[in-house]
Amino acid sequence: MNLKLAGNMYLFGDNIDTDQIYPGFYLELTSPAEIAVHCMEGADSDFATHFHPGGVVVAGINFGCGSSREHAAITLKSAGVAAVIAKSFARIFYRNGINLGLPLVVCPAIDEIAGAGECIEIDLARGVAENCSTGKVAAIETISGYAMKILAAGGIKPLMMEEDGE
Amino acid sequence: MHALEKIMAHHAGVAEVCTGEIVNCLVDTAGINDIYLQVVHSFTEINGKRVKYPDNVLVFMDHYAPASSVRQAENQKAFRDFCREQSIAGLMDVHEGVCHQVLADRGYSKPGSLIVVTDSHTTTHGAFGAFGTGVGATDLACILKTGMLWFRVPEIVRINLVGELQEGVSAKDVILHMIGDLGADYAVYRGVEFAGAAIAKMTIAQRMTICNMCTEFGAKVTYIQPDEVTFAHLAEVGADTYTVYETDKGYSYWAEHTYDISTIGPQIAAPASVDNVSDISRYLGVLVQQAYLGSCTGGRLEDLAVAAEILKGRQVHKDTRMLVVPASRQVLMNAMERGYMQTLVAAGATFVTPSCAACLGTHEGLIASGETCISAANRNFPGRMGHREGKIYLASPAVVAASALEGRIADPVPYMRKEGGQE
Repeated sequence: MNLKLAGNMYLFGDNIDTDQIYPGFYLELTSPAEIAVHCMEGADSDFATHFHPGGVVVAGINFGCGSSREHAAITLKSAGVAAVIAKSFARIFYRNGINLGLPLVVCPAIDEIAGAGECIEIDLARGVAENCSTGKVAAIETISGYAMKILAAGGIKPLMMEEDGE
Repeated sequence: MHALEKIMAHHAGVAEVCTGEIVNCLVDTAGINDIYLQVVHSFTEINGKRVKYPDNVLVFMDHYAPASSVRQAENQKAFRDFCREQSIAGLMDVHEGVCHQVLADRGYSKPGSLIVVTDSHTTTHGAFGAFGTGVGATDLACILKTGMLWFRVPEIVRINLVGELQEGVSAKDVILHMIGDLGADYAVYRGVEFAGAAIAKMTIAQRMTICNMCTEFGAKVTYIQPDEVTFAHLAEVGADTYTVYETDKGYSYWAEHTYDISTIGPQIAAPASVDNVSDISRYLGVLVQQAYLGSCTGGRLEDLAVAAEILKGRQVHKDTRMLVVPASRQVLMNAMERGYMQTLVAAGATFVTPSCAACLGTHEGLIASGETCISAANRNFPGRMGHREGKIYLASPAVVAASALEGRIADPVPYMRKEGGQE
């Protein structure tokens, strides 16, 4: 996988729960294309219409708390979100995102470099995120161990297929 | 090692595990909920052919029970077909109720068991000394294929509860108070053990409510050391094969806290975060258009009992609708036998069949813009129970019942009938 990611920032606050990422009312939908339409709808009802694929979702603490719905990770991935960078992530969402090959980046000092619509470059290998508009940098936690193995394979599905083939 | 670590070690087939280690564990009970047909899709996408241990798998038709749209009906049909094709006998169809209560009622929740469900409230099963945790659809598909799942061995917090519950105060108030005090992200990735004299006195239902809501401060798993209360419950539901693990002396906890529950009164978690908790006094008088009594947090027999006690011979306020949703078929049958359902329906409550119902905002009692719901469930996020401009206040079943009576957030204590007092 590419260890360097870049995209424009879309800002959100603390404790963005999975009901806000993907409202429960739409859980009956099952195809990624349909699920993508409602991305972040509970937090910003116009998000899916003004979001440009390749953008980076930026948030505070505990992103993805609440329901275990994998729809939350599917909707971000299918809408074309390149990565989510947040101060911290809730556990089930973190597993779901990594399983789908969606980079989830922990950056405790994200507030210092975040700017709506500005560009952010995330270097997973060096452990640094940089606001390419202002040049400000902040440290990120490196993704390690089994989570990195899954992410590097493009998600748990390709990884399991690889292991199957061995 | 902690008892939870011993459960993980046993299921990983190793003698020891340590904090931070990644282990691959055999799953005793894997539960799938009807909202996640993605499990079946992911199973196909990882080249799954046959479910490895179909006898370990349960499929719960609980979130859409019964289906309220054609899409939901199609998804449930696909699940029933999947169960048939894969020889999964454990299909809990729309009449059974919410997964966590069904697991308890049927004795799947038992000491030493490793339980994984596609529902975040799987932390509930720590109440029985089990290792219970929620996962997403694709993780569950991996369990279907291999029978196993990887876990990181978590740091573990111990919370000691001492003192006595005051009149009109319940386990729900205790857990709301703790979440308010510690914050919605306090226990992310951690295990949480409850101990102390107050826990020893709590019923299984109260313990379940406390462990259930630990996912609201991020916990991965919970634990209460099995005791006489646990064993009496297990005997009642016919669970006779289980292993009780104990934490070694000298185990080093990540943190320890003690709460004197005697000092806790009725609590409210105000919109729109579960840790936005205050004493009820701050919100007394807030008008409510809906009162929701139900869910895997607040729909057990004891919850219906306290509501029936408060509403007996009285009427729900004319400007408020009250929904009563027993957590399972077993709870409903017991509540009918004891007359609770009759009392509640006579008081003007609306009966909804056992399910998650309006708790997750999909059907059976959504709220409109500008409306307020007082809820015995577990989440008050924006839009959780319907319109994003609706408001949800979380409280105990007693507060929900008292608020339904008054049409506004109300203290239940004046309505509690003292033992030997007048009806």
